[in-house]
Formats: sequence, structure tokens, C-alpha cells
Amino acid sequence: MYVKALFYRESTAKLPKKRTTERKTSSNRLCKKVLQHNNAMAAMDKLQQLYQQVILDHNKNPRNFGKLESATFSADGVNPLCGDQIHVDLTIESGVISDIKFSGAGCAISKSSASIMTTMLKGKTPEEAEHLFEEFHELVTHDGDEPVDEEVMGKLAVFSGVREFPSRVKCASLAWHTLRAALRGQREASTEDKVN
Amino acid sequence: MIVKTEIPRQPEPIHAPDWSAVRRDFPALAVEVYGKPLAYLDNAATAHKPQSVIDAIVRHYTESNANIHRGSHYLSQKATDEYENARKTVAQFIGASDREIIFTRGATESVNLAAATFGRRFLDTGDEIVVSEMEHHSNIVPWQMLCKEKGAKLRIIPVSDSGELITDNLEAFLGNRTKLVALTHVSNSLGTINPVREIVAAARERGIATLLDGAQAVPHLPVNIRELGCDFYAFSGHKLYAPSGIGVLFVSKRLIDELPPYQTGGGMIRRVTLERSTFDDAPGRFEAGTPNIEGAIGLAAAIEYVQFIGISHIAAREQELLGYANKKLADVPGLKIYGEATEKASVISFTLGDIHPHDVGSFLDREGVAARAGHHCNQPLWSRFGVPATTRASMAFYNTESEIDALVEGLQAAVSFFS
Repeated sequence: MYVKALFYRESTAKLPKKRTTERKTSSNRLCKKVLQHNNAMAAMDKLQQLYQQVILDHNKNPRNFGKLESATFSADGVNPLCGDQIHVDLTIESGVISDIKFSGAGCAISKSSASIMTTMLKGKTPEEAEHLFEEFHELVTHDGDEPVDEEVMGKLAVFSGVREFPSRVKCASLAWHTLRAALRGQREASTEDKVN
Repeated sequence: MIVKTEIPRQPEPIHAPDWSAVRRDFPALAVEVYGKPLAYLDNAATAHKPQSVIDAIVRHYTESNANIHRGSHYLSQKATDEYENARKTVAQFIGASDREIIFTRGATESVNLAAATFGRRFLDTGDEIVVSEMEHHSNIVPWQMLCKEKGAKLRIIPVSDSGELITDNLEAFLGNRTKLVALTHVSNSLGTINPVREIVAAARERGIATLLDGAQAVPHLPVNIRELGCDFYAFSGHKLYAPSGIGVLFVSKRLIDELPPYQTGGGMIRRVTLERSTFDDAPGRFEAGTPNIEGAIGLAAAIEYVQFIGISHIAAREQELLGYANKKLADVPGLKIYGEATEKASVISFTLGDIHPHDVGSFLDREGVAARAGHHCNQPLWSRFGVPATTRASMAFYNTESEIDALVEGLQAAVSFFS
């Protein structure tokens, strides 16, 4: 019969052989422990970079939060992975975004991203807003360590830490997907929509 | 190899194994995450595979790869025997006969198969199908679609605050237009073990067919189809330590020959002319095309592994871990558990103050803890509880107390960071 479980084999195996392997690797273990510690510190740094003060602030006190009664364009956005939902209202006057608000529930990343987005768009044309979304998407998905061009990205630069957390990219871009749908006259957006 | 005649149900080992040795059978558990040991607490999503399952798949491809059911050559016969023996292994595991076991892609396809065939044959305008508020999307959406197509009605058994089915007025759901009751055996989010035996019995008395979604039950507690008495029982291999892409639909003897084919094509026919076709007997009739042969063989190896440990030892160990986790989590400030049924599997869904589960998830991730953040394919359930999402930790027998400690540390790090 084929041996179904290794633990059965192990429990009947001879012990001395195992002990010698342990002695041999004890110095390796120490190195491994040091490495583990360094990695753990690095992990905490990444979290600090992800949740920068600006992000935490916008999460606690979101700007332009609520409904816009006079909205000329609106859309609902959903992240099907976690079920987060967001609603974006905006008005366009003389070819530029004159007012914008958002509502809904989400994580710190999606909420602060929506909040910061609304603070940046007043006075921008729809084309400029869409272009900014592309820049933003590049920022949060870009591989590599090149510094962020803060002049172009402005306040959005605080989201550069997201690229280390691929599972959070959709949180960061939910509001932008919803904005773009609203600008294009679509009622619904999903983080699964293509960006380019 | 010879096709086995019926395999007797494997006896339970008397003693529980050495759990730390058992853990070493799962190579993926030794993975390091950001320099920390992996604490894999996402077993309700999918489980890891023991070496014996991995070896069985490798052995199949190295020693007996061929297409099944049609070869006149040695290898084809060998592969066919292995595939059909796997069906028998599954059958004895859940107390069924192998004629009642259909291999599918997973529990989702199993429910879809049941909906497509049962629905086409038995459902009429004005009929009713009963599900519950705690169903996984895979046991809601197929029935929604079917009801829409047939002009039938979907009725919902509600869930209580403690996360249990409210069955006080069960009779009201079992009317003379009710054709099927489809319920989860164990909730994938709340962990609730539902009183399915009683519900199935009540439905049977009234001649109503029953389907149980056993995806979260089969890996964690002894399941005997004959004792449950249901007509359909669906589960996935990948949550049962087997590969993904293989699942099972049990269909009772009294129903299986009544059902029309599901997908059609090769492997399920008796005779085809350009005008008409006749079909194979069950279960082959429901397995069109080349099936997932390695999956079935891997599933059989996984079941043999589980039975080698003993499913009741597994259940007991997981209850121990659940008790430990409940105790530790009680000390985390702001933590609220959803699902407090008295009969509960080792799944814990919770919220942490007003910290969103996704933010919790990133902190856990960096501690090496793999947990799930989101709606866990239970959107109607979470809207009932008024939360958009939760964090879920789900344990298997190979988990340890120290992994639960890592979970608690990650949660505490998140709490102090966001406070």
C-alpha cells in the first residue's frame, strides 16, 4: 500500500539521524533569526509608508463628504472583491468641474483616496481629471523604486506606498473609477474596469 | 490495478496523531512571509495539500497518464481504474454508493448542475425554492437565475442575531408549491453548523427534495449521507486538502435517473446519430468531456489522508483551536464576533472597532497571518447584520495555538496604530 501520511513515517523513523541535522544547522538558525528580525522591521516600515499621516487624516475627517443636490453627473462604484461601495456626485460648469462630493463606506485607503481626489479636481476639465486618474494608476501599480514626481502628483504622492500592497490597489482606485464613470455618463463603475 | 468492488467505510483510528508531526506533511505551511513564519488562517477559502496528495498527482502523471473510458490500451485502463476507484473512495467517505457520485469542478458547479437538471425536469411556474439568508453566493445565484427563467419564487429562511437559522415556522416554508430546499450544512462566514438533519426530514415528509452545500462541512466533521437523508450534497475538493478544480455532487438513487443530462458531448452518450442521441447511465451521463482525472485521484488521496488521521480527531482538534481563539480574541479591544451558534465549526468572522477589514487584513498580512477580509461571498448575510465586510480567520487541524497568537498580535498592532 502507498504510504498515505508522512507523519506515520516520521514517527517510526530513527531519532539519532535527526539530532545530527539539528546541530549542523544551529548557526544557520541564528542567521535566519537576525534576517527574520530585519524583515519584520521592514514590514512595519512598509505599513508606515502605506498609512501616511495625510491618509489617516483624510480617513478620519474626509473632505467633501456627502451628497451634492445639484449634481449634473453621478455614479456608483463597487469593488466586487470586498463589497465596498462609493457614490460620486459632481457638477460641470463652463467645461470644468465646479463641485464634487463623495459618499459611501470603505477602508482607510479607499476613503482617503476619494477624499483627496475631491480636493484636487475643482477647476479641472474632465480630460484633465481622466489624465490624472491614469497618472495615479501608474503611481500605485508601478514596479520599481523610482522616486515619485511630486510636482505632477501633488497630494496624490502619499499613495506611493500602495504599490507595495498589490491587494490594496483596487481600494485606492475605486473613487477614481467611479469619477470616470460619472464623467462618461455611466451610472455604475467597478474596480474591475480597464484603466487604459 | 483492478477496479475495486465497493470499498467499505474506513474505520476511525483510535488515537489522535501527534499534531506537530501532522503539520510537517504540508510543505506549504513552511513558507515564510515577509521574513515571518506563515500563519495560514484562511482554510475556509482553501486548504493546503499534504505531501501524499501532491505525490499522488505526480505519480498519476509519471505512471498512469492516459484518457479514461475509451482506450483499449494498458495505460488507459489503468487511468480509468484509478478514476473509478477514486469515485468509490469518495462514496465510502460520505456513506453513499459510487453510482450516486458525480465529479464536478467544485461545489459551485455541483449546485449549478443540480439547478440546471432538477430545475429543467421538475420546476414549473409558481413553484417555490427555499434557501437561507446565510447561503454562499453559489447557493443563491443559481437558484435566482432558475426562478427567473421558470417564473418560480425564491423564499428565504432568515438568520437570527446569533447567526442561526430561524426555523420556528419552518412549515410555512414547506408548502405544496415548494419543490426544493437548498441549505448550507456549515456556514462559511459564521461557522454555524445547521440542524440540517431535522430540516431535511421535515422536507422529505412533505415530498420536497433537498440539497445541502457541504463545502465547509466535509473537511471538518463526519458526514454520512444516509443519516442526513438529503437528495443532493455538494462539496469541493480544494477545501478538503485536495487539488482545486475537482468537486463532488452526490445525487440520491431515487433522483439520479430522473434527471436529464447537464453538459453534453463525448463521454456521456450511448449512441449518437445525426438525428438524435441516447445517453449513458448515471453518473457518467453527467460527466461530459475528459474529466479532471488528476483531480479525482488527488481527491481520493486527500480523503485517504483525512481518514488516516480520523475525521473525528480532526473535528476535536479544530474545536480545541476554536476555543483557544475565542478566548484570546476576547481580549482584543473593540473586537466583535459574528456567529455565536452553539454548534459551530472553526471559522470566526469579526469586526475590529471602526477599522475596516481591509486595513486589518494588511496588518495581519505583514505579521505573516493569512486571513480573509471582505464579504466572503455572503453579501445578503452581511447586509442582514448591517456590516459591509468582516475579517475572517478559519482554522484547520494543522494550525497551532502560536498561529492564533500571531493573529492576536497583528490585531493589536492594528488597534494601536489606528487609535
